[in-house]
Amino acid sequence: MALDDTITALATPPGEGGIAVIRLSGPESVQIAKSVFVNRKKQKKDKFRSRYFYYGYILDDDQEVIDEVLLVYMQAPKTYTREDVVEIHCHGGMIPVRRILELLMKKGARLAEPGEFTKRAFLNGRIDLAQAEAVMDLISSKTDNAARASVNQMQGSLSREIKAVRDDMLDLLARIEVTVDYPEEDIESMLEDEVRSRLMSAREKCRQLLESAHQGRLIREGIKTVIIGKPNVGKSSLLNALVRENRAIVTDIPGTTRDVIEEYVNIKGVLVRILDTAGIRETKDLVEKIGVEKSRELTRDADLILLLLDSSQPLEKEDIEILQMLKDKKILILLNKSDKPAAIDEEDIRKLTGSTIIKTSMIDGTGLDEVEDYIYNMVYSGKIEPSNPLMITSNRHKEALIRAEKHLGEALETLDALMPLDMVSIDIRNVWEALGEITGESLTENLIDKIFSEFCLGK
Amino acid sequence: MEFYAGNYDIIVTGAGHAGCEAALAAARMGMKTLVVALNLDAVALMACNPSIGGTSKGHLVREVDALGGEMGINIDKTFIQIRMLNTGKGPAVHSLRAQADKKRYQAAMKLTLESQENLDLRQGEVVEIRTKGGRVCGVKLDTGEYYTCRAVIVASGVYLKSRVIIGEYSINSGPNGLFPANRLSGNLKDLGFRLMRFKTGTPARVNKRSLDFSKMIEQPGHTNIYPFSFLNKAIEREQVPCWLTYTNERTHEIIRQNLHRSPMYSGEIKGIGARYCPSIEDKVVRFSDKESHQVFIEPEGLDTNEMYVQGLSSSLPVEVQIAVYRTVPGMERVEIMRPAYAIEYDCIDSTQLKLSLESREVEGLFMAGQINGSSGYEEAAAQGIIAGINAVQYIRQEEPLILDRSDAYIGVLIDDLVTKGTPEPYRMMTSRAEYRLLLRQDNADMRLTEKAYRIGLAGKERYDRLCYKQERIQKELERLRNTIISPSDFVNQYLLGKSSSPLKSGIQMYNLLKRPEISFSDLIRLGQIGEEIEPEIQEQLEIHVKYEGYIQKQLKQVEQFKKMEKVKIPPDMDYSQVKGLKIESVQKLQKLQPENLGQASRISGVSPADISVLMVYLEKRRREKRNNEA
Repeated sequence: MALDDTITALATPPGEGGIAVIRLSGPESVQIAKSVFVNRKKQKKDKFRSRYFYYGYILDDDQEVIDEVLLVYMQAPKTYTREDVVEIHCHGGMIPVRRILELLMKKGARLAEPGEFTKRAFLNGRIDLAQAEAVMDLISSKTDNAARASVNQMQGSLSREIKAVRDDMLDLLARIEVTVDYPEEDIESMLEDEVRSRLMSAREKCRQLLESAHQGRLIREGIKTVIIGKPNVGKSSLLNALVRENRAIVTDIPGTTRDVIEEYVNIKGVLVRILDTAGIRETKDLVEKIGVEKSRELTRDADLILLLLDSSQPLEKEDIEILQMLKDKKILILLNKSDKPAAIDEEDIRKLTGSTIIKTSMIDGTGLDEVEDYIYNMVYSGKIEPSNPLMITSNRHKEALIRAEKHLGEALETLDALMPLDMVSIDIRNVWEALGEITGESLTENLIDKIFSEFCLGK
Repeated sequence: MEFYAGNYDIIVTGAGHAGCEAALAAARMGMKTLVVALNLDAVALMACNPSIGGTSKGHLVREVDALGGEMGINIDKTFIQIRMLNTGKGPAVHSLRAQADKKRYQAAMKLTLESQENLDLRQGEVVEIRTKGGRVCGVKLDTGEYYTCRAVIVASGVYLKSRVIIGEYSINSGPNGLFPANRLSGNLKDLGFRLMRFKTGTPARVNKRSLDFSKMIEQPGHTNIYPFSFLNKAIEREQVPCWLTYTNERTHEIIRQNLHRSPMYSGEIKGIGARYCPSIEDKVVRFSDKESHQVFIEPEGLDTNEMYVQGLSSSLPVEVQIAVYRTVPGMERVEIMRPAYAIEYDCIDSTQLKLSLESREVEGLFMAGQINGSSGYEEAAAQGIIAGINAVQYIRQEEPLILDRSDAYIGVLIDDLVTKGTPEPYRMMTSRAEYRLLLRQDNADMRLTEKAYRIGLAGKERYDRLCYKQERIQKELERLRNTIISPSDFVNQYLLGKSSSPLKSGIQMYNLLKRPEISFSDLIRLGQIGEEIEPEIQEQLEIHVKYEGYIQKQLKQVEQFKKMEKVKIPPDMDYSQVKGLKIESVQKLQKLQPENLGQASRISGVSPADISVLMVYLEKRRREKRNNEA
């Protein structure tokens, strides 16, 4: 954690808007902005005047245009944070925003913690005492969400890959460090070639992960919405209808075996990640599988649950159990198959839950607009906060990877400069720490555990 | 029976490695000091291995020396072998280690204590620390003496309720047949300390006459290296070798057959042992696929035939020990003089201490050494000198000397103990230091001597030497920058011989030295710089030039680190009043009472968000206070 490095984040609400504002704050803001911005003649600026708008483009490292932007520099101390601030006004939408943020990180900015701009504003005397409590609340509540989200993410496949790289680095470190702390034990020293090849493959891995994360294949973002219901109640049809009407943003990686299908849909600018159990093969023990337990598991960390009931069939014991189990959750009840004669009385359900009920039919499209409005309103009225706040969590992974890749490069340089391995291990420490920051584990404890569990040492 | 026996400024209980440094520091800083020890024949006793230093521990000794401590000087007087470890690696991890003549080490240290102005030694057992209004006011001895004082330093080592275990046999005893201290534990408990039970062990001592060195590998010392103390130049002295041999399958077989008789495995020992100091039975069980383990035979001194058997520490019954030892090549007819044993003892939860090593429970009560859960002579000495200094600062009502993680290994050691606590006896390791490229053993004086000089511990001689060294380095660096080496046949021929590319035009000596294949001695051989430059200055120049970029990088990290350390947390902080902290963080912070934001951030489970919230809260408090004053 640093007190006065340069931070960046999306300053406007996430989602699809006309424009989005990305803010940089800290001593390196201008320098970073200079390194990515060109004017309409595609020339770099050596100087920005404070409080003037500049029109131009953001270029990536390959000199490709990411977006057409307006840029404004505000000189310290008359800014929100009382630090040098640069704002980049780009087009709304996730792709340009994410790519610009990534680029700023590559140039040395760190992704701001929740509430960090406001925190700096306070610490630098910009906002008054009365607001201090509000700042603390902001930090703690937003961070709780983010922390929960990153824990969720830790189970994702990207995290698993990151962890694999990290474990390999820990192993490498342990092997180098053990011979430093125990030079007289009969432990084989690492050969420089082996260290080099492991560093190179780790760097390759980081690059691949960044590449695929960049293509959006591994994006894990959005409002986590789970569709549950008994077989044949119309779950897949609902999902298909939502996907058909809204453009699907990302589809899950094909070929991975899982019993849940994920789709990303963009509902009026809100990114929604829908999980459907339709991926489960229809077998005879299906009912058992989609029992109460399964629902409980699937809905545990959902932001929103769409419960489908077949309104043409009377309520069964299992339906009631599920309703009771979910009574503290954000849940929307869809009485599906409204095109058929009703066998369920809406009032019976109201007795069990205070949740909103919408009548739908996947045959004639009844209620679909209402469902979308409902989701949209939930988000914009603040009733649902994405547990994976857009632009935060997966960007954290990217930030970690970008920094790890940088440190891996430094480790290789150290090796090429014929420095001894204990010098290389200082760089490897940084790699591990860059990758480990998400979980906040301590390197020293892990390293010492590793050393003593793998090597027989001591008098 | 109790009688008033006198008044001191500072009383130190225990005259082991921590106690000696604490007492000497206190007396040298002008305090009337008393050391009470169970047995004055055990002053500076080396109860386990006969060596001082080693990886990271060597750093600690150099740091203690740089502060004006005694350990470095004392081992320089009494070593019988000295080595610089890790010379094939980077300068950050070079470490000195010396074999001591144990008896001479003790005698030299005892004489130093005895000769020290302001310092008295007294044999006896401290059974009670007296307090008045939460503050230390005196100590009572078992024989009835009551001394008054203003500060107490507890450096009781492994003696609190200690118990020695050898197989099925056990006895309440300190190391080496010395008395245990059975009463102080209860008193500490009453004063509010949480006690833990740790375990350590030592191998057998054997008669040199019964060993066959022809079956072992000789381990000689190194010549021409600087010793531990910055006050000394290289010491020419005849050195004594150590010997290396190995266990084998038969050794392991006997151990496996007798495991049920080991108190570790039968549950007889309840204390927590350290992973880095395993008994041979531990090694055989945990690393069962390893076919042999190293055994080092080290002399205990020049006036004795006793040899220390490093690698074969054990708590197996004596007859099993004999059988095990006799399987090792060169030890077939070994005669054990003192059997190996395990020892259990009471120590405190070190998170009850402040970074100054003063306890949070009682004002004026300081703790140092194994009582804090550490292990090792050097770790003890390091805490001893800091406790001694800070007891003095406490009496003077001045700011304590706190070394942080970027100042010294001592800082890492104390911060780890105080902030994280330790679940097993704590050993220093280079891997624990984040900024180890800066915390080298060669620059301990440049890191610490001035601090110690300012508070009146390090003497004028030390300080002058430091100033001279720094001046020399600056001057010579300038010379390296200003001297141009021109291409000539001689120069280029020489460079080619070193597989270094020949010069096309003139080059600063500074830049030539930057080449990995060129060392300082090459510059001398090129005739461009005089041999008159002292070896320790050459070393500094070489490190400075070759590692400049890396050193800069670590300095930058340290700058960030220091910013957090500078944000002080007031001692009366009530964390339950801080809105937005997680409940478990409140509990941890309340318990550990960190002294600054950096320390708070290292408490396990305290998240960056908690730190952010704290930061805002502290700023709010500061502004409120300012408003109230205005």
